[in-house]
Amino acid sequence: MLKFLEYALLIAGLLFFQTGCRQSADSDQPKDISEIVVGFAQIGAESAWRTANTESIISEAKKRNIQLKFSDAQQKQENQIKAFRSFIAQNVDVIGFSPVVESGWGPVLREAKEAGIPVILVDRAVDETDESLWVTVIGSDFILEGERAGKWLIENYQRVKRPDKRMNVVNIVELQGTVGSAPANDRYRGFRNALAGHPNFKIIKTQTGEFTRAKGKEVMEAFLKSDGKKIDVLYSHNDDMALGAIQAIEAYGQRPGKDIIIISIDAVRGAFEAMAAGKLNVTVECSPLLGPQFYDAVEALIRGETIPKRIVTDEGVFPMEVAEKELPNRKY
Amino acid sequence: MRKIISNEEFKRVLGPLAAFLLIMMFNMFFTPGFFNMQIKNGHLFGSFVDIFNRGAPVMIVAIGMTLVYATGGIDLSVGSIMAISGAVAAYMIRPDYTKGVIEYGTLPPLFAVILIPLLVAGLLGLWNGILVAYLKIQPIIATLILMVAGRGIAQLITQGQIITFEYPEFQFLGSGFLLGLPVSVILVIVMLVLVNFLTRKTALGIFIESVGSNPTASFYLGINSRVIKLFSYLFCGICAGLAGLIVTADIKGADANNCGLWYELDAIASVIIGGTVWGGRFTLFGTLLGAIIIQSITTTILSRGVAPEQILVFKAIVVMAVTLVQSSNMRKMIVDSVFVANRKTDKTVNKGLN
Repeated sequence: MLKFLEYALLIAGLLFFQTGCRQSADSDQPKDISEIVVGFAQIGAESAWRTANTESIISEAKKRNIQLKFSDAQQKQENQIKAFRSFIAQNVDVIGFSPVVESGWGPVLREAKEAGIPVILVDRAVDETDESLWVTVIGSDFILEGERAGKWLIENYQRVKRPDKRMNVVNIVELQGTVGSAPANDRYRGFRNALAGHPNFKIIKTQTGEFTRAKGKEVMEAFLKSDGKKIDVLYSHNDDMALGAIQAIEAYGQRPGKDIIIISIDAVRGAFEAMAAGKLNVTVECSPLLGPQFYDAVEALIRGETIPKRIVTDEGVFPMEVAEKELPNRKY
Repeated sequence: MRKIISNEEFKRVLGPLAAFLLIMMFNMFFTPGFFNMQIKNGHLFGSFVDIFNRGAPVMIVAIGMTLVYATGGIDLSVGSIMAISGAVAAYMIRPDYTKGVIEYGTLPPLFAVILIPLLVAGLLGLWNGILVAYLKIQPIIATLILMVAGRGIAQLITQGQIITFEYPEFQFLGSGFLLGLPVSVILVIVMLVLVNFLTRKTALGIFIESVGSNPTASFYLGINSRVIKLFSYLFCGICAGLAGLIVTADIKGADANNCGLWYELDAIASVIIGGTVWGGRFTLFGTLLGAIIIQSITTTILSRGVAPEQILVFKAIVVMAVTLVQSSNMRKMIVDSVFVANRKTDKTVNKGLN
């Protein structure tokens, strides 16, 4: 009997929500910003990057006076689904979420769609063919990051290189991320896209450093042993590997950032410290601070505007010169 | 040679030695600059030194693993213990880093930064030992517990972040040089001499081997197998702790996710390539050779520029070739007559005396 009542209530509730949504959709009066309620289902706090991401989502909501219901799934899909359903039950205006895994989101996304609640994917995508289940994906474009790294090199090498080094052959070594991971594949491709048409920039060695400091150092040591003074530029798929490689270059007796120009991606705090010390030339941002863009999208939705299916994060390129100034702003 | 390494042991390490020389010869002919040695800032510098320098953590872990393996056990948790020990050290140096504080506070004294993580590692080893020796849990399961949980503990300590630090005296442990040699290599030598003394100049070595090869007979001989096993896991834990400190000091940061990752496999492979028998006679020199072989494969791959997606296959092929070279049956098949004369097995008892 109790079960039956529960179901009855649930169905009644769903019907009510639907009519409610239809009504709000019919009325031309857009909601006031202060009335918006946003639910956000976060993955958890598995890395410093993620912690900064969470911080950005929460603080930006406060700043804009948007009511945020935040849930931390502690890296468990079931928790995230539970959070998602509770957001639907509370009839929030928009649901934002970073899926912990790619698959298994069909049913719960359909529930949100039926309840008329738009879903914004943040940072990660889901493995569903029906693209109408979400409004947009906000996150980084790894290929673009690689391209920016390459573009910076081509535009700035003349300026930053050691005066006695030549321009007609520039030897580049590359530290790749974990073999097969999306950021490694895309940063590899993007960098080569940017170098296409500049035959003087040659990638002479490429090897995986598995995104870690220790491996970055070990691989760079080997690069230096085999190619030594020939190396003009190091391109690293993340800051940690670059920081490990800097140690190797110093041990080899070369000056990182001067004898060997170093380009990396991520823009974490450690990279800014290295840049302030003159040991890293540039880092391309892969920003976790998605809060502002997320709420821009939310507000646009509430105003009834259509927003693009893919929103690429605003990301900067931070050369050495701005490091000192930027360092205190680094949250992660 | 006779004094440090017994004849019988020398014969046993012939296989891995041959394999190592093969890899070196390959490099001599096909990898230009591999044997280039220089003196830079007063210390040795070159790919050859890199092998020993990068291989040092695995070598130290493998020394501990050798003893465990000889008692008929296995320790899967060494990689996680490394991560914990590194995390503890980094946390002591920079306790507020995870809260976003950039300042250091007062630096703890160097001996504390080294001894406390080692103590923690020893306790974890003791935990493994109690599970195996006193609660009779299968070693592979008993140490699997800490292998899985340990990395989580390390991540808890670092709050999932990489705690970076600057502490020159401590960094010396990982990237310093002493008498022209990397400090990590000197630590390997110290550990080797210490363990060799303990096991070959006292009866401990024989106790370990006899507990491993025949627990019942050892029991009737009056050997306390539980204490021997407990000791081996405890010691293995301390070795892993030391290796963790080296890795952490080397990169000036505690990376709980990656510090010591898969080291258990490298250490076990080193022990087996070296020719130690599971539950039975062990050879420390063989183990070190095993570790050097594994590292020289890695260094060879890196200096030859093998494509990243081919590394694992390349490694597998070399490891297979190496194990074939030193498999006694395989050798017997190839050069039967040479090795048959050497296969004497009745020298166990004499070994502790020479």
